[in-house]
Amino acid sequence: MSTPATPTLTDLEHTAQPAGQGVPAPLPVAPPAPESGWPGRQHVLDLDDFSAAEIEYVLATADAMKEVLRRPIKHAPALRGVTVVTLFYEVSTRTRVSFELAAKHLGADVVNITATASSVMKGESLLDTAHTLRALGADILVMRHSEAGAPYLVAEHVACRVINAGDGWHAHPTQALLDLYTVRERLGRIAGLRVVIVGDILHSRVARSAIWGFLRLGAAVTLCGPPTLLPAGALPWPVEVSYDLDRALAGADVVMALRLQRERQRAGLLPSLAEYVRRYGLTRERLARACPDALVMHPGPMNEGVEIMPEVAYGAQSVIADQVTNGVAVRMALLYLLGRHAA
Amino acid sequence: MAEPMVERVVMTADEIRRALVRLSHEILERNRGSTDLLLVGLRTRGIPLAMRLQRYLAEFGGGAVALGRLDPTLYRDDLDRRQPRVEPTAIPGAVDGRRVVLVDDVLFTGRTVRAALDALVDLGRPAAVQLAVLVDRGHRELPIRADYVGKNLPTSRQERVTVRLREVDGRDEVVLVSPARSPSGAL
Repeated sequence: MSTPATPTLTDLEHTAQPAGQGVPAPLPVAPPAPESGWPGRQHVLDLDDFSAAEIEYVLATADAMKEVLRRPIKHAPALRGVTVVTLFYEVSTRTRVSFELAAKHLGADVVNITATASSVMKGESLLDTAHTLRALGADILVMRHSEAGAPYLVAEHVACRVINAGDGWHAHPTQALLDLYTVRERLGRIAGLRVVIVGDILHSRVARSAIWGFLRLGAAVTLCGPPTLLPAGALPWPVEVSYDLDRALAGADVVMALRLQRERQRAGLLPSLAEYVRRYGLTRERLARACPDALVMHPGPMNEGVEIMPEVAYGAQSVIADQVTNGVAVRMALLYLLGRHAA
Repeated sequence: MAEPMVERVVMTADEIRRALVRLSHEILERNRGSTDLLLVGLRTRGIPLAMRLQRYLAEFGGGAVALGRLDPTLYRDDLDRRQPRVEPTAIPGAVDGRRVVLVDDVLFTGRTVRAALDALVDLGRPAAVQLAVLVDRGHRELPIRADYVGKNLPTSRQERVTVRLREVDGRDEVVLVSPARSPSGAL
């Protein structure tokens, strides 16, 4: 009666029926889940307006997308006939490629536009460009812009669904969602974790969105960096702030190092790069102060030897490669959820 | 709420059990045993049904039959109207060369099965695909039929067939939900 050698679903396996009993064990699939975890959202601009339930819904959908990514042929036709345009006014490798692959894996038609190779160079305004793309048939616009709020402007005025792929120092919601997905995948939960975000918080849209996400799901967040690179004044989030990385790392479950942009030093925000590395670089010795299985994260691109040492970035605790892979699954989930109806 | 509806039990727990026992025997007979057999439950209630069939197949000498689950949502033809929740698909091992039995609770228009077939062929090339359902309520919109049927249930399109299973709903029964004024809904 028992089925030891059968290739059974692993998650069904541990509920294998007791032999001879008529009563089956409870099913490990979620009971009929409410179809309403996603309140017909039209745009994804930041995480500040996402409820915990909505974030969980995205992460659960990303789980299903990850199965598609594991197939030999990574394709499911849910977005056939949908046109996705990526409109990037700033350089990007992973985010743009990640969105493009996500859309293609779901069968969408994808067009990629960079500002330097478009009519933007002829002085076309952002809204004109967006209206034009809509008129050309774009259903979903994925955009990155150096000005905070640019995606909000487009979402308000153009009849497209808009996903913010990074706006100025403001927000990068898909990065935050993939961070949450990666942590939950590795540690099984978010609630109750201690998360340390270290580096240039002030100029980081990654940090801003990640803080909302981790707090919403019940983690405790500590921001760490030199005072010149932390937001001044009262913060909009209930977080701890520390200038001392060694102290901040004690008991941390997740350590997220942010990219230090070299131009910050030229702007006079850092006395010297060497001093920054000495005080805030994530070294193996420093990491040893965190929990033994603490995760190391970085949104990329990395400055190895500055904010993170190579042996940490590629060490056993690093989930940086997972972040990149999971980014595709999370973006597939969002594209699927935004759907194909024209706004 | 729209008009009032009435429920009528059309399969009891015992009838469900007997139907699944019979389906298990039919599956073994048709496939001459259970070699290369792979049961694939369609979400949501096809999954516990597939688990029960797996148990009966083992009991009736079929040995250990592999079990997977499949969510055909990403292959639906009505995604322009709504985006239902997607659940992970999980098939143990490769589909290639296996005799796959898709398991679902109710066969109605056939559109879910069409989507499931598309999903399945994206995963590989099965040697054969068969379909087992607890209830066939008619009204097909596609050329699809079941190989194993627990109960053929004539219905009108205004009616709903609700399958309840212990694993999901706490009890076993199949009910026909009809508008109160329709003749078949009369008690």
